[in-house]
Amino acid sequence: MELLGYYNYWVFAIVLMVGFYAVIAKANLIKKLIGLSIFQSAVFLMYITMDKVEGGTAPIIQAGVTDQIYSNPLPQVLILTAIVVGVSTTALGLAIVVRIHETYGTIEEDEIMDMD
Amino acid sequence: MIVMFAVFLLSLLVITALAIVQTRNLFVAVMLTSIFSLLMAANFFILDAADVALTEAAVGAGVTTVIFLAALALTGERERPRRAGIIGPLVVVVSTTLVLLYATFDKPRLGDPLAPVHTHVAPWYLEKTPELIEIPNVVTAILGSFRAYDTLGEVFVVFAACIGVLFVLGAGSKAPAAIDGSERDSLGLRHHLIPQVVGRLLIPFIVLFGLYVQFHGEYGPGGGFQAGAIIATGVILYALIEGEKAALRAIPRGALLGLVAGGAMLYGLVGLAGILMGGNFLDYSVLMEDPVKGQQYGIILIEAGVGMAVCGSLLTIFHAFAAREGS
Repeated sequence: MELLGYYNYWVFAIVLMVGFYAVIAKANLIKKLIGLSIFQSAVFLMYITMDKVEGGTAPIIQAGVTDQIYSNPLPQVLILTAIVVGVSTTALGLAIVVRIHETYGTIEEDEIMDMD
Repeated sequence: MIVMFAVFLLSLLVITALAIVQTRNLFVAVMLTSIFSLLMAANFFILDAADVALTEAAVGAGVTTVIFLAALALTGERERPRRAGIIGPLVVVVSTTLVLLYATFDKPRLGDPLAPVHTHVAPWYLEKTPELIEIPNVVTAILGSFRAYDTLGEVFVVFAACIGVLFVLGAGSKAPAAIDGSERDSLGLRHHLIPQVVGRLLIPFIVLFGLYVQFHGEYGPGGGFQAGAIIATGVILYALIEGEKAALRAIPRGALLGLVAGGAMLYGLVGLAGILMGGNFLDYSVLMEDPVKGQQYGIILIEAGVGMAVCGSLLTIFHAFAAREGS
């Protein structure tokens, strides 16, 4: 049971590196962006894992309840905004990929390198 | 019990991530990404982050998938095998994973109340929110007031990314004229009866729920970021069912750009109003005679700005991709 306390971090490490693998080992630019968003989600998971307090609940304070433990709201704020920023920056990356496809006719990195 | 459920969900997360990387069909990969986001949202919810779960479900499983699919429609969905070997990347990834796994044993256990992250400013926020701002949702209080600078920066990043997409793909004002109108209209699901009937029933409720999340963000999970994403999802669904042109008739491009710029500006102006009334930038206490009321009105205003900017940006980005001619 003690070791299960680290399970979230293990999943974080594995998912992070699965995403990183897609970024460095795949030639397809869209696949790279998908890998990047997996990488990003893994970081979100680590932050949110840190906010959990044993026996706590979501940090929404109920009137009249005084003995309730609340989880840490700060990582939640950071990640909440980061998710929306993440989709915007991914969209910017996809826009550049679309333009690359229009110019080169392919989105495979090695074929683009051959043409240059 | 909940621990076993969490372990199950996290294991599914790893399997989905592996499947996404392994598949050569990019359409499958994008669909799996949507499932990945939904699983992630469930995990966030188990970890007490209701606001984050709502955002991840609306943005990750909804908007991101649609934008990826729109990009796939323009580039093709087959991934060709790579010529270079995979040994190098595999060695890097496996060794880094082992180092990271080794490092996790130095982290505080999940839920440890004495972890350093819980002993710094977080207790202060939890203690002072009922006193200084008097709203139940501490996440909204931090996002809107204590850390309003951060949020302003994030809204400007979303704004800048939206402008960037428009620069790269073009604002698309000439696109509808270039394409035969009837052809563009047929891209919708108009000839499919079931999505049309179900979609028409769903859209009003999606938008209504978005507005509820927007204006209820002080009392429950929600706020501008979530509401903007949910309303954008509703309008994107309308565009998918009725065709992109119909969606642009309902909310023209100019109105969307107005939402983006107006939302970011509203946020900035609330900050400046604080200075003009004798306080600091983004200090809402001076907006009203009662500082607590001032904080509440300030948060409602900047949340409205955030909602407008996020909704406008996501829809502008969607239309920029959808208006692009396929090759």
